Amino acid sequence: MAKTILLVFSVLAVSVPALAQIDLAGHWAARQHEDWEERGPGPEVVDYLGLPINEDARARALAYSTSAFSLPERQCLYFAPHYNVIGPFGLEIWADTDPNSGRIVSWNIGAFIDKAINAIWMDGRPHPGPNDLRTFSGFTTGRWEGNTLVAYTTHYKEGYLRRNGVPTSDQASMTTYITRHGDMLTVLEVIEDPVYLTEPFLVSRNYQLDPAANMTRVPAPCVPEAELPELKGEGRVPHYLPGRNPFVNEMTQRYNLPVEAVLGGADTMYPEFKKNLDSYQPPALCVRYCCGWGAMVAGRTAPNVDCITGGSGKINEQ
Amino acid sequence: MRAAPLIVAVCVAAAPLAAQTRGAAQTQTQTPNAPRTARATAPTDVTGYWVSLITEDWRWRMIMPARGDYQSVPITAEAKRVADGWNPAKDEAAGEQCRAYGAAGIMRMPMRLRVSWADEDTLKVETDTGMQTRLLHFGAWKGGGRPSWQGDSVATWDMPPRRAQGEQPAITASKSGTLKVVTNNMRPGYLRKNGLPYSGTAKLTEYWDFHGGRNGEHFLVVSTIVEDPQYLQTPWMTSPNFKREPDGSKWDPSPCRASR
Repeated sequence: MAKTILLVFSVLAVSVPALAQIDLAGHWAARQHEDWEERGPGPEVVDYLGLPINEDARARALAYSTSAFSLPERQCLYFAPHYNVIGPFGLEIWADTDPNSGRIVSWNIGAFIDKAINAIWMDGRPHPGPNDLRTFSGFTTGRWEGNTLVAYTTHYKEGYLRRNGVPTSDQASMTTYITRHGDMLTVLEVIEDPVYLTEPFLVSRNYQLDPAANMTRVPAPCVPEAELPELKGEGRVPHYLPGRNPFVNEMTQRYNLPVEAVLGGADTMYPEFKKNLDSYQPPALCVRYCCGWGAMVAGRTAPNVDCITGGSGKINEQ
Repeated sequence: MRAAPLIVAVCVAAAPLAAQTRGAAQTQTQTPNAPRTARATAPTDVTGYWVSLITEDWRWRMIMPARGDYQSVPITAEAKRVADGWNPAKDEAAGEQCRAYGAAGIMRMPMRLRVSWADEDTLKVETDTGMQTRLLHFGAWKGGGRPSWQGDSVATWDMPPRRAQGEQPAITASKSGTLKVVTNNMRPGYLRKNGLPYSGTAKLTEYWDFHGGRNGEHFLVVSTIVEDPQYLQTPWMTSPNFKREPDGSKWDPSPCRASR
């Protein structure tokens, strides 16, 4: 019997390292418990709060019109890779292995309807040169740092830091830290951009392992068509000329926020910025998007609660 | 031969774990003479000053949200009813102005942290905003006693697995590591300053992930799960971000305030 116990423990000892492994594969459902409005219905038209942007980024963002997405030639464009966490979707993650060695060649993050697959190359291949092609997915290499997969992405096309036109350039890069805590996945993105950001921008999200999430690895086909009558034909690109954006003061009117805060900048993300808001008085009552924390469940983004969940100020309006 | 079925059973039980394995790693092992205190076994130096970066949920963290604004939090109808009756003046008058500064709410506030070792097995986390002190106890510490704003916190290091030979080495291994903190026995408080409640039975689980940046920065992400069946339909999961600062020159203590 003693030999049996010894043998069993020997087997267990050999098996123990598996407990220390970190497998990222699976369907990870987004829990939109942060930035729900930005990720779901969409951000305010001019809301650059907490973004470390420079004057050039601000000028481009103010020139942006959401209607630009309705141009047929822009409808099927993908967001940049940082949309993995800035966007509303969950993540499907899987590994591709070398059939001969069994070693992982890449970890992969699946596509969304408007974002390409991101491959995180684990085989030590170098990044392309500074003038090489930019793609929607960019080029990403990864390695383990303790229990975190650290991925570094370069060579992606210019995109949006926020879905209201705040830009990132094709010189931007992103370091992604992916850490698994049991059935929860935490993803931190650190985005740097010498063209449009004065400091790195940090954004993190949590996901829950959910085998029933049914995410797809590849994007759905996109077929562009003219959505707005005024955009049929050629020659018009929706935009606002400098000083003409009609939404600059919208958040000031809606939330009493000073426009200096709304227009962002690195100082708006630090605690000391509160001193600029000492006289701030919130609106008397929430009137818009007062509840909501996920995708629609039975037509409601805040199930089981009677609340203003949409933008019209009506209870449970969707 | 009677051992064979047992061995097979053990192998089968272990197989799914092995199947998850994508790389080859080994568990962290300790030598008999290795120091055992939490401070000595810390995978990285977490002490110093950390500043919160308010890049997420700005309107709900940097300023007082409007009454009735509960966006992003999976509240119950009961939570909404209680929060709709929020009265900051009443809180101030009752000496309850720190309700939003309890453990389940304070980490999302704009603030700085001062992290130090109170003793070999207790990590002290002070906040300048609200002037609160959290004590994270390692080892066999047992809490209890009267509930408090910061509750009873039990901490453990989630040690990273040692990578096997041939795997790519960590780029900044000395800066990485995870601190797991579980907090109970909290006084009822607010998840947000506009009165969104958590109850005295709420449980707070945090994973403090320390990361090294490409330019020498040190980042901290505190993945947070608040469980409270009375006021939350599902666990509330958030992840406030921090950056290490070189010194305490921007440390700016201010007391709890209920009204702004």
